[in-house]
Amino acid sequence: MASLAARRAKDNAVKAISTGFAALAIVLLAWILLTLLAKGLPALGTNVFTQITLPPGQGGGLLNAIVGSLIQIGIALLIGGPIGIFAGTFLAENGKGTKIGSATRFVNDILLSAPSILVGLFIYQFLVVPFGGFSGWAGSIALAILVIPVIVRTTEDMLNLVPVGLREAAFALGAPQWKVVIMVTWRAARAGIVTGVLLAIARAAGETAPLLFTSLGNNGWSLDLSKPMASLPIAIYQYAGSPFDDWVSLAWAGALLITVGVLLLNVVSRVVLARTH
Amino acid sequence: MDATMDSSGAVDRIPIHQAKRIGGLSDPLFVGALWGCGLLVLVLLALIIGQLFLGGLPALREFGLDFLWTASWNPVTEKYGALVMIYGTVFSAVIAVIVALPLSFGIAFFLTEIAPQSLKRPIGVAVQLLAAVPSIIYGMWGFFIVAPLMAQYVQSPLIDLLGPIPVLGLLFQGPPLGSGMFTAGLILAVMIVPFITAMFVETLESIPPMLKESAYGVGCTTYEVYRNVSVPYGRTAMVGAVMLGLGRALGETMAVTFVIGNATRLSASLFAPGATIASTIANEFPEAPIGSLKLTSLLQLGFILFVISFIVLALSRALVRSRLD
Repeated sequence: MASLAARRAKDNAVKAISTGFAALAIVLLAWILLTLLAKGLPALGTNVFTQITLPPGQGGGLLNAIVGSLIQIGIALLIGGPIGIFAGTFLAENGKGTKIGSATRFVNDILLSAPSILVGLFIYQFLVVPFGGFSGWAGSIALAILVIPVIVRTTEDMLNLVPVGLREAAFALGAPQWKVVIMVTWRAARAGIVTGVLLAIARAAGETAPLLFTSLGNNGWSLDLSKPMASLPIAIYQYAGSPFDDWVSLAWAGALLITVGVLLLNVVSRVVLARTH
Repeated sequence: MDATMDSSGAVDRIPIHQAKRIGGLSDPLFVGALWGCGLLVLVLLALIIGQLFLGGLPALREFGLDFLWTASWNPVTEKYGALVMIYGTVFSAVIAVIVALPLSFGIAFFLTEIAPQSLKRPIGVAVQLLAAVPSIIYGMWGFFIVAPLMAQYVQSPLIDLLGPIPVLGLLFQGPPLGSGMFTAGLILAVMIVPFITAMFVETLESIPPMLKESAYGVGCTTYEVYRNVSVPYGRTAMVGAVMLGLGRALGETMAVTFVIGNATRLSASLFAPGATIASTIANEFPEAPIGSLKLTSLLQLGFILFVISFIVLALSRALVRSRLD
């Protein structure tokens, strides 16, 4: 074995390198955020929120993309939220120890990490082709599929933290399962379930790949869900890859908006959770 | 409650078989909805696999299994093969894991053993926020900021220095474009570090303190305990964590599309432009009309990606869960 001094030196060297790696992670996060601020902030005028996308050289903003994103995320949440909460409740309350429960949990874990672009391809095959075109509905449903596994996972985890005694007390009073779940378990795990929904919104807000083949994007103003619909990530993708300087700076402005929104949602959800546990 | 009290205060008893079901229909409906949504998640995966397979079937009929090892992607001659993309997908993901692994080991060591209690949480959260930054933002950052720096300060010197060496030099050929396989791998590494680190930390924190204390008791340094006790104890789950990182890197789309260079040529060089399955689908889809051979080839590519990801993610999950059971 090496001398004590050599072992101490090695210990200190590894500690220094590890600390350096942790610092590197912080530096990378700061670098990304500062880049977004430096490039996005100058382009972030009122026009971004009040005007729709226009041809290069004519100014314009991202209003249609922002509204399109909000609509599609909203619908995704209306569809995926209840399904996710119910499926998560199923796993925590009814599916424990059953084969179907384990299978569902396994599939949910796969869906959680599966490539999001494949969800886009799936919805293209499943809805866009049969119904004859790209649409806001298709985009919303693609996002719903991404939202579901996040909510299932957090809902199940949070319901598992609710003491069994609480449920048993309610059942002992003669309450049927729906009353126990709604009035006792959900209520006890409320903060955790909200956290899951916030994280799901954050995930849906930044996803680009699943929208490419579903809602496609739209440079005009459209609230019609059966037509192609604009969204912030698609607009950023389209503009960042364009050769026009004003489009590229609008892309940075959009990127800043999305990132700040997504990171805030993440921080808020952590605070909500930390407060209750 | 069906039992009622009469005026004398005695409980009016009802034979159990005559008692009404409490809550009537609402309970079966509610429980049915719970089961329905649970099963829906199950069905969803089957639907996705089924649709991708069926969509790619015409390409499978046209090219057979040759599709897997054909290196051509030619819309003019209508000859499509997946080899370049499979290679690019695996190559870029492996680079990502090789870069992310030491980083994750270091950050996990820092968070579990070195960081003072007050810094642990904020730094842990900051690392996790790296995972929350949307893929497309990594793409823009990679394309506009990282790639030019790579070309100037990393690729040019390395190509000049290592390019002329036989065999090893093959990895460092071509012009310093900035974009390419290596840059894509680096960006992917930054994206998967938070996932791997989080699972490393979770595993390391579940190790019985007694084990570590005994090692400290015989005079081990902090690093020696980490290296010889903690990591071996959590080995299986940690391999699972790395597999999860690999699975995530394989299917990443937007970040890679921005920086990989999108060339459907096979090249051994780290700095050559390439393509992954996901980046090819994103790029070529707009020029693939309904019913075209190209579209079904893209769907076939999607199916292949799904199979690869599924295997890696399932393996990862089995390894991570094995610790718990």
